[in-house]
Amino acid sequence: MLDQVIFYFFAAIAVVSAVLTVTRRNAVHSAIFLITALLATAGIFLQLRAEFLFIVQIILYVGGIMVLFVFVIMLVNLDVAVRQMQFARQKWVALLISLALAAQVGLMLWSSRNMPGQGVPVLSAVPADKLPPNSEEVAKSLFSSYLLPFEIASVLLLVAMIGAVVMAKKRT
Amino acid sequence: MQAVTQATMEFMKEYRTPLICGFVIVAVLPLIVGYVVLVERKIMADMQARLGPMRVGPHGLLQPIADAVKLLIKEDIIPDDADKLVFWLAPVLSVGAALLAIAGLAIGPAFQIAQGINIGILFVVGVSAMGIFGIVLGGWASNSHYSLIGALRSSAQLVSYETAAGMALVCGLLFAGTLNITSIVQAQYDQGIWFGLLAPVAFFVYLVASIAETNRAPFDLPEAESELVAGYMTEFSGFRWSLYFLAEYTNMIVVASVATTLFLGGWLRPFPRTHWLTWKSTGMDFFDFLPALLMVVVGAYCLARTPKQPVRVQQLFMLAVAGMCFAAAAVLAAPVIVPFVKPSLAAAVKPLYEGIHGGFWFICKVGLYIYFFMWVRFTLPRYRFDQLMRLGWHFLIPLSIINVLLIGIAMIIGSYYHLNGWWLLLATIPASIIALIIALFILALEQKGQPQKAAGAAPDSYA
Repeated sequence: MLDQVIFYFFAAIAVVSAVLTVTRRNAVHSAIFLITALLATAGIFLQLRAEFLFIVQIILYVGGIMVLFVFVIMLVNLDVAVRQMQFARQKWVALLISLALAAQVGLMLWSSRNMPGQGVPVLSAVPADKLPPNSEEVAKSLFSSYLLPFEIASVLLLVAMIGAVVMAKKRT
Repeated sequence: MQAVTQATMEFMKEYRTPLICGFVIVAVLPLIVGYVVLVERKIMADMQARLGPMRVGPHGLLQPIADAVKLLIKEDIIPDDADKLVFWLAPVLSVGAALLAIAGLAIGPAFQIAQGINIGILFVVGVSAMGIFGIVLGGWASNSHYSLIGALRSSAQLVSYETAAGMALVCGLLFAGTLNITSIVQAQYDQGIWFGLLAPVAFFVYLVASIAETNRAPFDLPEAESELVAGYMTEFSGFRWSLYFLAEYTNMIVVASVATTLFLGGWLRPFPRTHWLTWKSTGMDFFDFLPALLMVVVGAYCLARTPKQPVRVQQLFMLAVAGMCFAAAAVLAAPVIVPFVKPSLAAAVKPLYEGIHGGFWFICKVGLYIYFFMWVRFTLPRYRFDQLMRLGWHFLIPLSIINVLLIGIAMIIGSYYHLNGWWLLLATIPASIIALIIALFILALEQKGQPQKAAGAAPDSYA
């Protein structure tokens, strides 16, 4: 019961703040609601006992990317942005795409009826102390099954970091 | 509605103790912070050869309470053009993140609010980094140029120094092999050596980066009072301002605790596995008597100074301090002495010993780290912003990346030759020396890049 309450709590926050992110005119307010949505998603991860994903979500998205977002937003002249048109006039394309997406989700739910167990597959909850330690499991699978993609990604990120240092060093 | 009540009951049953601990910490922390501020003012006064706060209470000891009352009854001002909601939210965010980070810290083997949290140190670092939004949004919401510049500086500074701090933490975590705070300290006990000794360069990088992350002098550019009035706090006053203050000092405690846990052996005493003067029957070492002995010495000093105090109140106060020291000595000595007198009680006293002495050593180390912060603050002049950025990106980040690489190589060599504990120093000291040489090389390159310096000049050892 506790799990369900926590899930619906965070899910409601995530959805509401995601909607507000799009509809606010003030870019800083949008950024705050985006942060809230990301934090609520992190909360759902935690409710699923994926504590490593929870903290990665917080460190990377909230602590890293959103700080840069806010940094850039503050350099923008907000008064100009408020007077501009808020939504691009592409209603019909947007409607088409969202209908297609809704159909896809609906199809998934409908087809899941035929699967063992009725309706949407529901996994039974495992007691928290029975689960293997999360970060160790992630590390094991990263360094055994997915070693090559992991190394490629980490080299890419290292190159980006060194590139930033080199670009900062370059004198004009 | 019933579901919610049921969920609340379920929650309370499982998490009652952590909740109570959390409440106690939130209630007590402002007082601790107040006294840290007083200690800082006293240290500053000592370094500048003056007395510091002396008026409120004996030797200014009630000053924090007077300050708190003053801040609480001040008028609450929100500027007209400020973004009211964000202005209200920002200090709360800052202080909330700092307090939340404390939940992950372990002060002693048993005392941790989030018991045995698997992501331990990442939780503390990640959550405390969220406090930056309080500063940035507060600076923006004030609708003032000084505040905005302070906020921009703050976010740029944090993003720059977080990379270096993270890389320094990676070095320590390589030795520990776990993120769980209790296991990190246990790993240091098993090795018998603090990781700060194994990776001194990483410890240094973390030291510098943590000063920058807590916005302390000489990196307090976001609130540089000589340039920006008070930076992001310019428009804040009264209680909101004190929330920012609370957040800053809580962050200091958090950062010091992380460094203590990872690099200074957490709650372990110095030389945790060494037994020089062990009483065989009890397993107690000379170092276990040290805290009690220290307290007795301080108490005796206070007692000796008592007749020399000019005013009767001060004499009484000195006596009280001496009494407190002796009481602390008794508490610290009891778990060590009891196994002597009654060996049958040794097992029962063991957790008590671990809790009390663990807490003592942990608080000592955190206190030393914070003292270092203050020492640096009153010694070094403030950096310029471009100097700060250059130090971060050109010096600390390359150094920390190279250091991770070298420490990794040293660990491979160490495991090849089955080096352990103090013997691991054989592999890590050369790695640290190479890292230092590279650091000097980077500094020399930097000097060469400076336009005003003569090209090709040897690095000045006083630079």
